[in-house]
Amino acid sequence: MSNTATPHLQRIANMNTTKHDSFAINTSELTRQFGNLIAVDHVKLQVAYGEIFGLLGANGAGKSTVIKMLTTLLPPTSGTAEVGGFDVIKFQGAVRRSIGYVSQLLSADGALTGYENLRLSAKLYGLDKAEREQRIANALAFMGLEDSSHNLVRTYSGGMIRRLELAQAMLHRPAILFLDEPTIGLDPVARHLVWDRLLDLRRDYGMTVLITTHDMEEAEELCDRLAILHRGRVSVVGKPAELRAGLGDDASMDDVFAHYAGGSIQESGTFREVARTRRTAHRLG
Amino acid sequence: MKRFLRESAAIVEVELIKLMRDPTEIISRAVQPVLWLVVFGQVLAQVRGIQTGQLSYLEFITPGILAQSVLFSAIFYGIGIIWERDLGVVHKLLASPARRISLVFGKALAAGFRGLLQAAVIYLIAFVMNVSLKQDALSIVAVLFSVMLGSGIFATFSLVIACIVKTRERFMGIGQLLTMPMFFASNAIYPLEIMPGWLRIVAQVNPLTYLIDALRGLMINGGQSVHGYYVDFAVMFAVFGLLLFVAVRLYPTLAE
Repeated sequence: MSNTATPHLQRIANMNTTKHDSFAINTSELTRQFGNLIAVDHVKLQVAYGEIFGLLGANGAGKSTVIKMLTTLLPPTSGTAEVGGFDVIKFQGAVRRSIGYVSQLLSADGALTGYENLRLSAKLYGLDKAEREQRIANALAFMGLEDSSHNLVRTYSGGMIRRLELAQAMLHRPAILFLDEPTIGLDPVARHLVWDRLLDLRRDYGMTVLITTHDMEEAEELCDRLAILHRGRVSVVGKPAELRAGLGDDASMDDVFAHYAGGSIQESGTFREVARTRRTAHRLG
Repeated sequence: MKRFLRESAAIVEVELIKLMRDPTEIISRAVQPVLWLVVFGQVLAQVRGIQTGQLSYLEFITPGILAQSVLFSAIFYGIGIIWERDLGVVHKLLASPARRISLVFGKALAAGFRGLLQAAVIYLIAFVMNVSLKQDALSIVAVLFSVMLGSGIFATFSLVIACIVKTRERFMGIGQLLTMPMFFASNAIYPLEIMPGWLRIVAQVNPLTYLIDALRGLMINGGQSVHGYYVDFAVMFAVFGLLLFVAVRLYPTLAE
């Protein structure tokens, strides 16, 4: 981030080094409609800098739609959202520079090597050549992918692909990471490895992380706070322990999820969403 | 401008790496022009039923077959875009700060480089078949530029269609529906003068006609641009600009 000529770039450059009294993510009445379907309904979320925040909910609850709006991939129908202090409609470029994004789908290009995938990301994020090579080397080492960096990604295991995608998302040192079900389809070992790297990212770079998940263990182990969505609305927000305590001494996170996410078997997402989830899980092997 | 070039070049680079790593498409796409020139061209040349001025029929259709090859290759570019959408690659690109125009132009430019490979194949076949080709550097550079521009036009058109239909099945149907009418409603294998009035009108609004017209003048000894190079390139640049404008607005909808 060598060019700090504009106020936006200056603010992004300062994000990881200044003490914040504002929120990393701040939404108010955030709403998205698709025709008559209200996918996200007046959502209010406030995520502090440095926080790992979980967004939970059944398939079709609106988690991915919220992430798409916050990453500027989808315009809200109404309401407001600020990411890193920038309005997601008015300052899309500034938002994009201050975030990293790992989609629910496997976005690493299987026809390229791990190194080539990272180099593409580095170029699109404007890293100059000397900085680019250094950052790529660091990211590969951080994710434990140095030995396989010149292999085609289609030969990687599911866990390696997810770590590569994390490496791509962190390459430009974003203030905020958005991860849409990053451990779906991974075995427990690979999943824990991804968690470890996320915790390292927060420790080393102070990154804020917003993660969507269905995995209650992940929610409890990784997240400082959670919001559970039900039919596009926020049912509850709180720390995992507080949410469990709120339902009784013996309540598990599964109980919390069932209580606040509806728990009905009919509400398991649209055909497209389920197909996408299964496709991702299938590609991860 | 520097940022635009850097981002576009990054897209071109990965597209070319992928193409070089798996050249199956280049080889398979080379078969069709061989058939058109070696079989169709030679047989129709015997009939002598189509007036092609001072050019032999084979010389007349060589630029047409090059343009056809460019069209058929570029018009299915959108399939790859839809594939990238299904894989999530498009989402990653669009969540980056890269300008939309850079991403779209990079794709078009990459299609242009693919087109150059088509041109190399056609030149080789034409050379073997003793087609009288202009061999001065300026003509060859102008042909290659035209091929890149034509490829960019049809690849961007393909991207626009991909953004509208969003599924591979629908895209294949529309792609098949578009290619042959665009080819036959052009001056690729017969001159505009022998077309019925209605078809001539269709051909006049078909950008393929202007690509072929320019190629015919630039590529073949004794060949002429009927419309004039200024008109040919003005039309092609205008169409390319319009398609880029539309594609830049539609491309982000792929991630919605």
